[in-house]
Amino acid sequence: MPLRLLKYGLSRDYPVSGDIPATPDLKPSYDVVIVGGGGHGLSCAHHLSKYHGISSVAVIEKGYLAGGNTARNTTTIRSNYITPEGIAFYKEAVELFEGLSQELDFNVMFSQRGQLTLAHTEATLRSFHARAEMGKHLGTRTEVVDQKAVEKLVPSLNMDYGGALEILGGLWHADGGTARHDAVAWGYAAQASRRGVEIHQRTEVEGFEVVGDRVQAVKTNRGRITCGHVLIATGGMNYDVALMAGVELPIRCYPLQAMVTQPLKPWLHTLVSSVSLHTYLVQSSRGEVVIGGSSDPYQLYSTRSTLDMKEHLAEGAVHLFPFLQGVRLLRQWAGITDMTPDYSPIMGASPLENLWLDCGWGTWGFKATPVAGKRMAETIAEGRVPDILRPFALERFETFRLLNEMGATAASH
Amino acid sequence: MKILTCPMNGPRNIDEFQSFGPVRAEPDPDRTADADWSRHLFRAENRRGIVIEWWRHVPSNYFFLAERDLVSNEIIRTFDASERRAQP
Ligand SMILES: Cc1cc2nc3c(=O)[nH]c(=O)nc-3n(C[C@H](O)[C@H](O)[C@H](O)COP(=O)(O)OP(=O)(O)OC[C@H]3O[C@@H](n4cnc5c(N)ncnc54)[C@H](O)[C@@H]3O)c2cc1C
Repeated sequence: MPLRLLKYGLSRDYPVSGDIPATPDLKPSYDVVIVGGGGHGLSCAHHLSKYHGISSVAVIEKGYLAGGNTARNTTTIRSNYITPEGIAFYKEAVELFEGLSQELDFNVMFSQRGQLTLAHTEATLRSFHARAEMGKHLGTRTEVVDQKAVEKLVPSLNMDYGGALEILGGLWHADGGTARHDAVAWGYAAQASRRGVEIHQRTEVEGFEVVGDRVQAVKTNRGRITCGHVLIATGGMNYDVALMAGVELPIRCYPLQAMVTQPLKPWLHTLVSSVSLHTYLVQSSRGEVVIGGSSDPYQLYSTRSTLDMKEHLAEGAVHLFPFLQGVRLLRQWAGITDMTPDYSPIMGASPLENLWLDCGWGTWGFKATPVAGKRMAETIAEGRVPDILRPFALERFETFRLLNEMGATAASH
Repeated sequence: MKILTCPMNGPRNIDEFQSFGPVRAEPDPDRTADADWSRHLFRAENRRGIVIEWWRHVPSNYFFLAERDLVSNEIIRTFDASERRAQP
């Protein structure tokens, strides 16, 4: 076996394919400089080069490719939000995931297995009705289901009949699913670099040269680059990076933690989330159970994990699926999330003419990787914010037109 | 387990406390332009550094202030709100 593998390894017919070229020297100038080589930045680079003929693009990443929140997220993809603006946007997000493996010629392992959110109180159930009606109206598959249907969807659930946390019903979202986060980022990176986009890893943006109302140059630890346009897509660092250009975003940073168990036989075929327990679970294609919950209870710039959160998530998971009690944890981790006051992103224009924002992705931005990249590329290429993005403008905080998605975001992302 | 020392109840598990975010100026709503009011509502302190925050000990419903480092998470000191009012 090893010898046969070696034959392929050494054969010229099967060259090692380096999907992403090594970091080249920085050029003095690019049409578009994308700050942040996470899923969002790479998706924008892909769309600029493939659909808008703009390939003089540099993606500047301070660490390694997609090592920020793209690497840390629990990969929930869904569109069962609250506001019509939010649902319309995330609906396009889900649709793009449906065709993403074809688009990228790379298997992103999109698994549209549906998401079940559980209600343990009448109040939660009422809020589900509102979400389901809005979702149906906008053409997504979102419905309220009763106890019997919940039992049928997930037979191993502890319904807790008569108990304090009895499951009264659920919000069933057949469009929901998951995908492999690394594959999404690497697929975009491979496509973009094939079309001439340069990906500069271990290159940190340290400041911007602002002249009048334009960014003239981007200062990095490897040199200065002048730019036509700049996109900020730096995940948890969005507040800091925007501030370097003098733009103060309404963002506060909170850690978000998650953990994963040892692999088990496939038994959980949907995504499950509980509003009251602040816990959600999904079984990965490797069989590991990924468990996540709400953000840390106070602001912090740290990716440390806590025992408190581990206990909290384990408690929720074991309550829903008591047989998980003896299962071991493999890993626990955290990402710094850029939280906005209304749990919606900030996309579009900034106070500077050629500086664009793809920020405020908090705990919910993985699912938007394709759509945000597509729509931000369109924005930059055409110099006009498309209608679907307009509600997410930074100005909404000054006009008090917030898009409150807290109720659809705080317990599952 | 992280311990927070409450000015009234002494050292307690941080689970017993609720964070109310960084202290901010309290503008007069009748004399504040919309843009400033928006700043007041939506742009809380998010600097990498030491901030003063409102905290509440939930069981005793006691509000107080804490100075905390947003990077190291070190709680530098906690004090009663009257101390803040006493400051010029
Ligand atoms: C534990 C956890 C669970 C989550 N679960 C979900 C989920 O289930 N579903 C969902 O939709 N979302 C989820 N999210 C949110 C999601 O991960 C993010 O919103 C999304 O990945 C953001 O992608 P991005 O490309 O914008 O940012 P990132 O992936 O964070 O990429 C930003 C990049 O910018 C780089 N960078 C930062 N500063 C600089 C600089 N000065 N110069 C150069 N580069 C810089 C960083 O190194 C980083 O690689 C979760 C997040 C966490 C932490």
